Amino acid sequence: MNINTQHKPELVCPAGTPASLRTAVDSGADTVYCGFQNATNARNFPGLNFTPAELEESIAYAHAHKAQVLVALNTFPPAGQFPLWANAVDLAYNLGADAIIVADIGVALYAKNKHSDLRLHLSVQAGAPSIEAIKFYCEEFDVKRVVLPRILTITEIKSLKQEIPCEIECFIFGNHGLMAEGRCSLTNYATGLSTNMDGICSPANFVSYQVDANRNLRTELNRFTIDSFSCSQNPGYPTICKGRYTVAHRDDPYYAFEEPLSLNLASLLPELIAAGVDAFKIEGRQRSKAYIQSVVSSWRKAIDSVLEGGSVNMDHLLSLTEGHKQTLGAYETKRWR
Amino acid sequence: MDTAQGNLTLGPILFHWSAETKRDFYLKIADESPINTVYLGEVVCSKRSPFMMPYYAEVTDRLTRAGKKVVFSSLAEIMTPRERKMTEALCHDEKYEVEANDTSAIYHLRKKPHRIGQYCNVYNEETLRYLALNGAHHVVLPAELPRNTIYIMGKAAKTLDVSLEVQVSGRVGLALSARCYHARSYGRVKDNCQYVCEHDPDGMPLKTLTDQSFLCINGIQTMSYGYLNLLPQIPELMEMGITNFRISPHSLHTDTIIETAHSILHGRITGEQATLIIQSLLGDVPCFNGFYSHAAGYEWRNHTHALSR
Repeated sequence: MNINTQHKPELVCPAGTPASLRTAVDSGADTVYCGFQNATNARNFPGLNFTPAELEESIAYAHAHKAQVLVALNTFPPAGQFPLWANAVDLAYNLGADAIIVADIGVALYAKNKHSDLRLHLSVQAGAPSIEAIKFYCEEFDVKRVVLPRILTITEIKSLKQEIPCEIECFIFGNHGLMAEGRCSLTNYATGLSTNMDGICSPANFVSYQVDANRNLRTELNRFTIDSFSCSQNPGYPTICKGRYTVAHRDDPYYAFEEPLSLNLASLLPELIAAGVDAFKIEGRQRSKAYIQSVVSSWRKAIDSVLEGGSVNMDHLLSLTEGHKQTLGAYETKRWR
Repeated sequence: MDTAQGNLTLGPILFHWSAETKRDFYLKIADESPINTVYLGEVVCSKRSPFMMPYYAEVTDRLTRAGKKVVFSSLAEIMTPRERKMTEALCHDEKYEVEANDTSAIYHLRKKPHRIGQYCNVYNEETLRYLALNGAHHVVLPAELPRNTIYIMGKAAKTLDVSLEVQVSGRVGLALSARCYHARSYGRVKDNCQYVCEHDPDGMPLKTLTDQSFLCINGIQTMSYGYLNLLPQIPELMEMGITNFRISPHSLHTDTIIETAHSILHGRITGEQATLIIQSLLGDVPCFNGFYSHAAGYEWRNHTHALSR
């Protein structure tokens, strides 16, 4: 029943701009993912993403270099605004995208009915971590690949792989979100912009930095304090699930959800390949060209090396994690939970 | 049966109360409350589920005899084999209707009458139409939907013969995780949590470094610190075609909140009076209605008829 797991896993890389897309392709990406300049994708940041003309050129560039382009349409259209998403599906199809990445049932159904030959990937934003949830999307919408939430262990991924009729894509590097994707309205609670509907987490126009009486730098999201840093520390971007808080039964503030860590699964790469993961995804459409170049080429080498029976040397990726400590997240052990 | 009159529903208990406390709470609801529909079942953490099992027979019997409709809510996050089995068994129970809170429950409920809970992402009329054709006849809208979106969903639901429900009271679930943050706060993990969430019958408040009350932790769930109060909007929601109004249970004052909602539903008090009653019960804990007004969720906006989106 399963697709062959002996094939070479795909390296799936982010592109926030046409320039980073070319960089990712040139650095060894098998596949690049990107989005349009509106709420139809979950990285709806000012200055990021593609116009239709840019996407058309970028797809031509990628295809000329034997790389594929996935278009993320992975937010949830609010009632009354569905045409924006429907148009984006049509546009991605007409421009020759190799697949679209969807989360909303309505969007998936529209794509399946309108363009039966358009390949659908299920976004991590759909929050489908179980056999039945994934089978639902495969059977109802003919989804060909699922991007797994970052909450499963390798053992769980391996057994999942045996039971589902589609490919598996896993995050291996980058920002490490703590909440189940597609099921978080913390940003909306604090700012009025919705991650699911507007495609924004911790919007920059609500972020401020205040210096307090002790000359500590305080980061705020709208009116809420997220963290505080001494002058010798590198202040992190204020994201609610990475902030420090207090609770009644603890004396000191603590990272209630998680310390600011970056996901780096380099050391687990051989196991992930053996588990049958079909595609490895690097997070970070908001990242610079230089970052993309360095990260993508490092992972290209790592995957090729493992496939040839070699080892992974990823030391220099450490320098790209912005002083963050690294984590294997949920992948290694259930004790993460 | 849903009627144009409007129904009050009691959402599932989201917190870890002792099974005896839950039983007593439900027996009181059966005996004294004008609630029409009661949602039972564990939504947040599968580890809490076994405790209530011995009491469901008594509770469902008493609620049913009192004329309440009983629905079982499924887990909001399903990952482990045990959670998958629990959910499958629940969905194949023929006696009570099931509210799906995760896609794996929808998988099992396809083509039979069921409800969709507020942890499923039903944001638009296309998704609603699909779910209706799939057997859903009742949908609880996500708490973050603004008024304009609810308005359009109300119109779509009428043509699809689906009844809609909106949460109008109680803390609101804002996020789910695989990690238990209650356990984490005690230096533990989910597997050896020792059920520390039982210390906080309404959630564990999180304050910011500048002492602002911000969020609440409930196991793997992160909730609002404030209490949603859309009681004043019930008449307007009814005009929009919303027929069911959910009170999310808390350890204190749930009976008074239900009575207040009932009074609003029958036009006996004004929205302003309802808010005064609710705020006097909550003391320092604020009410919020920001999502509905398309403002920041935590905010309290005085009611306006202006369409915001």
